[in-house]
Order: sequence, then C-alpha cells, then structure tokens
Amino acid sequence: MPDSPAVVVSGLRKSYGSTTAVDGLDLSAARGAVTAVLGPNGAGKTTTVECCEGLRRPDEGTVRVLGLDPQDDARTLRPRVGVMLQDGGLPTGVRALEMLEHVASMYADPLDTDALAERLGLHGFARTTVRRLSGGQRQRLALAASVVGRPEVVFLDEPSAGMDPQSRHAVWELVRELRADGVGIVLTTHLMDEAEDLADHVYVVDRGTVIAEGSTAELLASGAAAVRFRAPRGLDVAELARTLAEGDRARRADPGGRTVTEDAPGAYTVQGDADAATIAAVTRWLADQDVLLTGLTVGRRTLEDVFLDLTGRNLR
Amino acid sequence: MTDDRTLAAPAWRRVASQTSFETRAILRNGEQLLITIIMPVLLLVGLTQTDLVEIDSPGVARIDLVTPGILALAVMSTAFTSQAIATAFDRRNGVLRLLATTPLGRGGLLAGKILGVLAVEIVQVVVVGAVALGLGWRPELSGVPAAIGAVLLGTAAFTSLALLLAGTLRAEGVLAVANLVLVLLAVGGGVLVPADQMPGIMQHVAVILPSGALGEAMRGALIDGGVPSFSVVVLLGWTAALGWGAGKLFRWQ
Repeated sequence: MPDSPAVVVSGLRKSYGSTTAVDGLDLSAARGAVTAVLGPNGAGKTTTVECCEGLRRPDEGTVRVLGLDPQDDARTLRPRVGVMLQDGGLPTGVRALEMLEHVASMYADPLDTDALAERLGLHGFARTTVRRLSGGQRQRLALAASVVGRPEVVFLDEPSAGMDPQSRHAVWELVRELRADGVGIVLTTHLMDEAEDLADHVYVVDRGTVIAEGSTAELLASGAAAVRFRAPRGLDVAELARTLAEGDRARRADPGGRTVTEDAPGAYTVQGDADAATIAAVTRWLADQDVLLTGLTVGRRTLEDVFLDLTGRNLR
Repeated sequence: MTDDRTLAAPAWRRVASQTSFETRAILRNGEQLLITIIMPVLLLVGLTQTDLVEIDSPGVARIDLVTPGILALAVMSTAFTSQAIATAFDRRNGVLRLLATTPLGRGGLLAGKILGVLAVEIVQVVVVGAVALGLGWRPELSGVPAAIGAVLLGTAAFTSLALLLAGTLRAEGVLAVANLVLVLLAVGGGVLVPADQMPGIMQHVAVILPSGALGEAMRGALIDGGVPSFSVVVLLGWTAALGWGAGKLFRWQ
C-alpha cells in the first residue's frame, strides 16, 4: 500500500437523474506530483473529485485513493486526505483562525496553525468572521484547512477561484512545497495558466470524460510548429494558404504541408514552419484584406489551444 | 502501517471539539440567543407577572404551572428551531461536507450537534430555572429525574424534526418554517397552555403533537412527580418517525 498511487480512477460513471455528469472517466495521480483536471464548467471535474473524497458514491467504476476505497475505507482515509471544496465549506459565523484551529483539533499531530496562518497570510484577518472575508481570503483559509492535518493526498477544487494575483502566488508556492514533500495533489481548474504553471500531469476533461492527457510538456509540444492567430471570423483560409505557399516557393523554403484552418470562429492555425517570413506573410496578407489581427502566437501552444483543437470550443 | 488511530485525534476529542464548536456558535449568535434564552425568559416573566394570557391553575401556583411549559419551549427552541437553521445554513455553505471529509466524519458531526444542543439546554435550564426560582417556583423535586428524561426524549424528537427540515429544504425556507412552526406550537401546540385548557378539538390534537406531549410530560414531572405514559409513547413515536424520515431524506448537498 505504501507504493500505491495517490489516486486511481477507472471507468467512473455518475449521473444525477437524467444528467450524466461523469461518463467513463479514467485518471491516475502520482504522489509527489501535481495532477490537474482541466475542463470547462460542467465537465464533471467536481463530481470526479467528490467521488475521490468519499462525498459521492460512484454509479459505476472504481476509485482508489492511496490504494483504498473512499467509501469502505473512509475511516482510514479521512486523516490522510485533505480536501478544499469549491464552495469553501466554511461556517460563516466563526472567526477565520478559530475555524482553522477547529479543523486542526481533529488530527493527532496537525501542523502548527500559527505558522500555517503566517505562511498563507491569514493573520491579517485572523479574528474576522468568515462572513466578512473576501473570496480570496476564504480560499486561502480553506486551503489552510485542507493541509493542516498533514495529508498524503490533497484535493483542491478550483483553488484559485476568486483570488487576487498575490493570494494565488502564495497558494501556488504552498502547492509546490507540498509536492516537494511527497504529497499527491489533485486540482481541478478551468484556468489554463494554473494548469500550465503548476501541474506535472494534465487531464483535459470534457462532457464527463478525458479527451486528452499527458505531461504538460507533452500536451503543449504536439503541433508546436504552427502560427496561431485571431482575427475576424470567416476569412478565406484557402486563399491565405495559396499566398503563403507562393511566398514559400519564392524563397525556396520547404515548409512541409502548409495548411491553414479556422479551428473555431475567428481562431486560425497555420501549419508548417513558424519562421519570421511566415509571420510577416500572414500579417501582410491580413493587412491586404484590411482586417484587424487581434492575437498571434508562435510555436508554443497554450492549454487553451489544446482544448480548442480537441473540442473546437473555447474553454471559457 | 499508519492508520486512523494514530493520525486522527481520539474520537472523544473530535466529538468534544465539535460539541464546543457548535455550542459556541449558538451562544454567540444574536438571533439564536434571542430565541433560545431571551424569549423563554421574557415569556416566563410575562406569563407569571401579568394576566395577558389566561391560564387556569386550580390548586397549583401559576408559576409552578408555567415554568415546566417554558422549559419545554426552551428545549424546542434549541433542539428544533435553532438547530434546524444552523444545520440548514451549514449544509448550504458546504460545512457539513467539509467536516465529513475530516477525521470527524458524519457520525462525529451528528454526535457533536446533539451534544451541542444538550449543552445549550443546560444553559437554558440554569437561566430559566434561576429566574423561575427567583419568582417563587417550587418544583416537585422527586420529579426532576423524570423531567430530565422528558427533556432528552423531547430533544430526540425535535432534533430529528430539525434535521429532517434542514436536510430537505432550502436554507431560507428552513429559516421561515422553523420560526413559524415554533410560534404555532407555542401558541396552539399544548406547550405553555395545558392541552385540557385548549378550545374544542385542539384539546385532542395537542396531546398527540410532540410539543403537547413534551409540555404534558414536563408539567407531570415537575408538578406531580411523574410523567404520563401517554406522553412518553407520543414522544417515542415522533422520534422514531422523524428520525427515520431524516435518515432517509437528509441530503448532504
């Protein structure tokens, strides 16, 4: 059991009435790593982690956390698993630090609440009731509560929601430290930069199932040689491809399979070498069409691009 | 191998911690204090020192008749109204789910809630009892153990009703219903006014309501030294039915 992965989910299905929230989802998260479950709202992310937390019982499939069943082995698992719920789960009438100390009192050997509060900047509002905290302050408090019991696995459901950039940075730092200590971290997010900066492994989830997975590097590497740009919808991509190909011939370049596609309304991808001449040719052509270029990226894709490529839809 | 025995705090400490947390939350909340402590004391003073409400007390001092009913009402305000509202908002805010993922678990959470209710009731009995004694209350001391039993039974029945409401309705709905039901039962449920003094059919309805049964049980114990067995049967019946309903229908989210 000490060697079992932090989390293994296989064939998970869960419906609410006639709505299928999770539809045959497989996922595995290692210890000492950050695993991101990335997807739009309603993709089934929260239901999946709630099944891992023992809060929901799967209709089908198996869930193992540290090799144990979150339902049948709940008593053994609870002290070893930390949870940060999407809605916080904080009672509104108590003071911030009091809540943290209360959660700490459930464990035999909790972290020092004072040091943890210092670490996450909770002291500034330690005696404020939860009701009066900002969204970011609540999130930091909820994160503190999820790690105060020295968990081996932590589930963070949308940890950065409503956070200011500074809080977010503090949260990310803490997550990296937990990882370095060997804690397995599973976080759900619909924020690309969060997954990109923080995660070792990403599962892209849509409509209750995994549509892509891999290390962040793997997901971003595929199709790296491309120019992606945003402009008004409905441009004549065939015409642009011809223009680019003529330019390639003129300078005796071999771009290899030059194609232009409109992946989603107003989002275009130019396959083939993404060199300076290509970019210049694309922007010149757009200028000739008298249309405004609103965004252009070269080479390195974002997870947003990955999601767009996979689903033809924007993540948000 | 590590297990929950070494990583979690001992069960008694988790429950004690939750009990203290729940008790403080109620005693610190202004609205909850109003309904659990101030309202019973005001009613006690109002019903004994004025003639605004007519209550016959043949052969018994008025305060001796009123105080057991006030204690019954105090139990209802804590076990039912206060608990229903607190649990409903904790449920809406995800507090129940979060605490269920800590070593406390759902069982510990429930135990902490029930013990928290009993702790607040001790405070109520001390405050109401002290005021009543100051006003000349002379309870039948031989009935105190029976009264404690009645309080425990009433707490079981009304906490079950609180959890049934809190686990099925929206928080705002619970807020309205829990207050309204308390007022209706206080006025027409046989708590303060003995059932046999109620008009017409209400006489027969009140004795089979949990409120009437608790009122009769408290009066029986603290005036005559014994609880009517009919009241015990009624309270047990309500506890079984409401407890079963709450267990079946309670939704954690």
